[in-house]
Amino acid sequence: MNPFWKVFLSSLEFIFMQRNSQEKAADVENVPPVISTPHHYLISIHRDRLFFVSVIQTEVPPLFVIEFLHRVADTFQDYFGECSEAAIKDNVVIVYELLEEMLDNGFPLATESNILKELIKPPTILRSVVNSITGSSNVGDTLPTGQLSNIPWRRAGVKYTNNEAYFDVVEEIDAIIDKSGSTVFAEIQGVIDACIKLSGMPDLSLSFMNPRLLDDVSFHPCIRFKRWESERVLSFIPPDGNFRLISYRVSSQNLVAIPVYVKHSISFKENSSCGRFDITIGPKQNMGKTIEGITVTVHMPKVVLNMNLTPTQGSYTFDPVTKVLTWDVGKITPQKLPSLKGLVNLQSGAPKPEENPSLNIQFKIQQLAISGLKVNRLDMYGEKYKPFKGVKYVTKAGKFQVRT
Amino acid sequence: MTDSKYFTTTKKGEIFELKAELNSDKKEKKKEAVKKVIASMTVGKDVSALFPDVVNCMQTDNLELKKLVYLYLMNYAKSQPDMAIMAVNTFVKDCEDPNPLIRALAVRTMGCIRVDKITEYLCEPLRKCLKDEDPYVRKTAAVCVAKLHDINAQLVEDQGFLDTLKDLISDSNPMVVANAVAALSEIAESHPSSNLLDLNPQSINKLLTALNECTEWGQIFILDCLANYTPKDDREAQSICERVTPRLSHANSAVVLSAVKVLMKFMEMLSKDLDYYGTLLKKLAPPLVTLLSAEPELQYVALRNINLIVQKRPEILKHEMKVFFVKYNDPIYVKLEKLDIMIRLASQANIAQVLAELKEYATEVDVDFVRKAVRAIGRCAIKVEQSAERCVSTLLDLIQTKVNYVVQEAIVVIKDIFRKYPNKYESVIATLCENLDSLDEPEARAAMIWIVGEYAERIDNADELLESFLEGFHDESTQVQLQLLTAIVKLFLKKPTETQELVQQVLSLATQDSDNPDLRDRGYIYWRLLSTDPVAAKEVVLAEKPLISEETDLIEPTLLDELICYIGTLASVYHKPPSAFVEGGRGVVHKSLPPRTASSESTESPETAPAGAPSSEQPDVIPTQGDLLGDLLNLDLGPPVSGPPLATSSVQMGAVDLLGGGLDSLMGDEPEGIGGPNFVAPPAAAVPANLGASMGSGLSDLFDLTSGVGTLSGSYVAPKAVWLPAMKAKGLEISGTFTRQVGSISMDLQLTNKALQVMTDFAIQFNRNSFGLAPAAPLQVHAPLSPNQTVEISLPLNTVGSVMKMEPLNNLQVAVKNNIDVFYFSTLYPLHILFVEDGKMDRQMFLATWKDIPNENEAQFQIRDCPLNAEAVSSRLQSSNIFTVAKRNVEGQDMLYQSLKLTNGIWVLAELRIQPSNPSFTLSLKCRAPEVSQHVYQAYETILKN
Repeated sequence: MNPFWKVFLSSLEFIFMQRNSQEKAADVENVPPVISTPHHYLISIHRDRLFFVSVIQTEVPPLFVIEFLHRVADTFQDYFGECSEAAIKDNVVIVYELLEEMLDNGFPLATESNILKELIKPPTILRSVVNSITGSSNVGDTLPTGQLSNIPWRRAGVKYTNNEAYFDVVEEIDAIIDKSGSTVFAEIQGVIDACIKLSGMPDLSLSFMNPRLLDDVSFHPCIRFKRWESERVLSFIPPDGNFRLISYRVSSQNLVAIPVYVKHSISFKENSSCGRFDITIGPKQNMGKTIEGITVTVHMPKVVLNMNLTPTQGSYTFDPVTKVLTWDVGKITPQKLPSLKGLVNLQSGAPKPEENPSLNIQFKIQQLAISGLKVNRLDMYGEKYKPFKGVKYVTKAGKFQVRT
Repeated sequence: MTDSKYFTTTKKGEIFELKAELNSDKKEKKKEAVKKVIASMTVGKDVSALFPDVVNCMQTDNLELKKLVYLYLMNYAKSQPDMAIMAVNTFVKDCEDPNPLIRALAVRTMGCIRVDKITEYLCEPLRKCLKDEDPYVRKTAAVCVAKLHDINAQLVEDQGFLDTLKDLISDSNPMVVANAVAALSEIAESHPSSNLLDLNPQSINKLLTALNECTEWGQIFILDCLANYTPKDDREAQSICERVTPRLSHANSAVVLSAVKVLMKFMEMLSKDLDYYGTLLKKLAPPLVTLLSAEPELQYVALRNINLIVQKRPEILKHEMKVFFVKYNDPIYVKLEKLDIMIRLASQANIAQVLAELKEYATEVDVDFVRKAVRAIGRCAIKVEQSAERCVSTLLDLIQTKVNYVVQEAIVVIKDIFRKYPNKYESVIATLCENLDSLDEPEARAAMIWIVGEYAERIDNADELLESFLEGFHDESTQVQLQLLTAIVKLFLKKPTETQELVQQVLSLATQDSDNPDLRDRGYIYWRLLSTDPVAAKEVVLAEKPLISEETDLIEPTLLDELICYIGTLASVYHKPPSAFVEGGRGVVHKSLPPRTASSESTESPETAPAGAPSSEQPDVIPTQGDLLGDLLNLDLGPPVSGPPLATSSVQMGAVDLLGGGLDSLMGDEPEGIGGPNFVAPPAAAVPANLGASMGSGLSDLFDLTSGVGTLSGSYVAPKAVWLPAMKAKGLEISGTFTRQVGSISMDLQLTNKALQVMTDFAIQFNRNSFGLAPAAPLQVHAPLSPNQTVEISLPLNTVGSVMKMEPLNNLQVAVKNNIDVFYFSTLYPLHILFVEDGKMDRQMFLATWKDIPNENEAQFQIRDCPLNAEAVSSRLQSSNIFTVAKRNVEGQDMLYQSLKLTNGIWVLAELRIQPSNPSFTLSLKCRAPEVSQHVYQAYETILKN
């Protein structure tokens, strides 16, 4: 660790520097996260069009820094609703106060949002009005209760009139499908996000119908690992509010169902300034649920000037500058499969493009966890009241790509 | 109302206005003003003029205002040290505040104010806070010790804070433990020799307990600290591993990677027969794969580390090939890393999939990525023999696309495939020749020319093809010229009848019209060979070539082992040991994997590496660009250079060695015999011979001087000095000096018995020291030493003893034993006894090294009142093994460029400026281990002035 690493925020300045030093990195997303300069190391993350940069002078674990920077960005998001240059400028003093609380001389202090919120109140319009009238400040002056207890993520004395515990099981399918429609690679990235509004110190246990699905799991620190190892039950005293309980990965190929298929034919004629484009989407293993919110994005080759297409449903746009085709499909009805056909205009005289554009597909299936994961029951100990409980499932496309 | 308004005020008189507001009576106005000041500070405006006004706001019960003022103080205290003192009182008062939050805040802020005067006041409050009843304050204070140590290390040691910090490791609160560990690790990093983190099974146990309960960041500190521990046997290693594995499921990726580091390191100690070993291997794969689903920045760091892990233990991820498949919207830095790992994991079992993927990548948009993908196909062919045929046909398909850079890259790799599998795929030559005209990159042209030359007998129009290249001979790059020369000579040897004219043409082009010495030399060699003995020429030029082998870019095994110890750090991202890039190299500790020490009898030898692991043998390596030329020349007789291009030069390795012992001393169980806290000379008992002491030593000094002059054939020898006065050693007086003659160092001692009894049974021992000086033979005092007798002994020394960095660097602690007692003394040895005889650096090397060493490492000294001229200086220094590499006269000044090498391989480069009229010389020293410069300068002084 090093006494001097400071987090400072800048967006344009840094990108500019990058452009100078490395012409190829003109594409902001491609700035490598660890850069060495003659005297320092710069470790950066790119979030919401902002770079968060940390300057390092001596050996320090880069992941430590990157994790921390992401935590900073999350905190800003949490406090200001968005993590943008404007939000940071508007709240520069709070930003300063937050950074001060989060980091002491290179040592992270408080990074749990529960604790931070006790120390520094998030800005609200009401509060700033009240503050300016009463002269009170938005900095708490008592020691945050969780800071030192063995459950640093929860504050004491939480009170709700309606006690609720909601869990969202969200699964994303990452897949690469090759030209012929067979799966090159597929896995499910799942998370269980919780929204817990329970009074006092509730001790929860969450059990699953089929816990054996979960063999590669990352836990929130609140989960008792031993209990999971021996009984496959998630037992924990939850933080207050929204948090990610676990994230997991299901990778065995046979467990990953691919809910949609795409028929495609994209061709460019040699020595002519046009090509054909034709894609059709249909449901595959959808477990009887409706697939909705489908969007197809295609990065067309540079020589494509324009596209003249007809969708059977939904609408499409083509941006001639970025060459991105976006087709907003909507729902699939099995009776009539949505398709998009038409002509592609190429720059005349240019050779026909070598690369084949990949199709990037987004979709959503409500009320289904594609891995088959099911919550069995939620029990609460330690408090007397009966909480209201709920579990919601949703499956989405993650990085879902179809090669053509 | 937002804060952005603070950024907008740019009118003149702003400071003045702020000043008024800061001094306002209204609290709210004050606070607003401080906020404005902070905002101005953020955007880089200088608001230091407001220092006194802001400090005045400090005494407030409003916590927000207090925090803002503290923020300001941290920023400006350094530029206004005198004003900062004004704040001290408030700090001290705040450290006593009933609210622990304020106590902690005060001690935290004081630590961040890097002003010497303030640090003195900090000690008392800090001491109280370290023992505060509130753990929040204790943990903050622990970090503050590390901050203070960075400002004033001596103060921290004198005040005994380090011991308090060590006690905190046993604190009841896990957070305090974690912060104490973090603080101690940071301090230990800058003082590798200090035995701060004394890890033993008990303290490890405490750390493991705290590990379960502290925050994620604390877990990282503790895991990193655990990684430095060496368990005593495999049982202990296993039990630690068992307690660390749950961390692999942590949501924080840095915790996961630190846990992986601990496991990878301790795994080394576990026997492979153990069931647990297999379990551990299985447990390591999922967390590593999970890291790849995180944000791209995390992925990148994870991939760089996985690259190391895959090289060390390929079995962990051998079934996980697919997660490394590239998605088209991955950032390019992720793509390139994934590709690299894919090739490392490629095996017969998965080669079909890999090839299909690589072929897919070869049609992507990004040129760099496509090139690397094409190259990867070639590497697969060379690595997995069964796939070679498929790879070649894939490459041919790619050549058919006629995309310029794809074709060129493909030709370069096909050349390597030809070398690996001679006489197998030559049928494709025809296809290659079709693309001759489209090649515009030197590497591809050179590769193509090599192919034509190598297979000249099968290509009917080889002479025409080569001739076509010859037209623009002088416009080609050197690489292509050399290749063309060789190829035409080969062609001539194969088809002498038709190509005589061609070969003469190229030889004359190379020898007469070229400025390039390499090219000329090669031309002449061929010419002579051909003209004297064509048969011999054939044997040489068309000799059997050594095969190239499968793995490329492998990290050398010893470096790899070291890097495994640095998993998760910058070193692992750059694949270089920290000594190679951390600035100033302060306290770089050489880490190594623990040896396998089985408590149970294991039949397996410790060297046995996992099957197929790269470390099992040093594989040959495909020559990189530079070596390629040499190989293609076909003149080289040995196998291609093995040992990959290691970034560190020998000089840097030396720097590592100097401090290499640091870890030993950190981990050593007990200081052996001498040194450490025991190192206090026992108080002298009654000394009867007290009286004669001064006279005796005076005499012996005179005597020594003469004897010293007599032996002045080696480097300069200082007159003997009294090291251990008789008073302190119960009558034994020791004086001595160090000499160096023809490569051997010795310690000339003179022992005088000033006691009333006979002394016998002499022995000598050195404590570990910076350069590993140690007696090469026992101390030989043949006869008992009777009262008032003096004996002269020359004790030969070597530099293979254990190493520990001393302060000062040339400090040597010695223990002498006789029948009466053991006596300790310490002495400083002149550094020039360590200057070795082969310390003359080649001029080119000197220049390159001088440029290579960063300017911060340069130290300048004045050598005053030295009447010698340049020649005399040079010859005198030379006798002490400081060699003059070059001499220059610039505007009347003589500049001597000198080099010397220390016994541990550290090079020191010097520039000595001598003005004829001025007896003061200026000495500039450059060295990768700048801490020696001061001592080298002292050596110069001593040599030149005596």
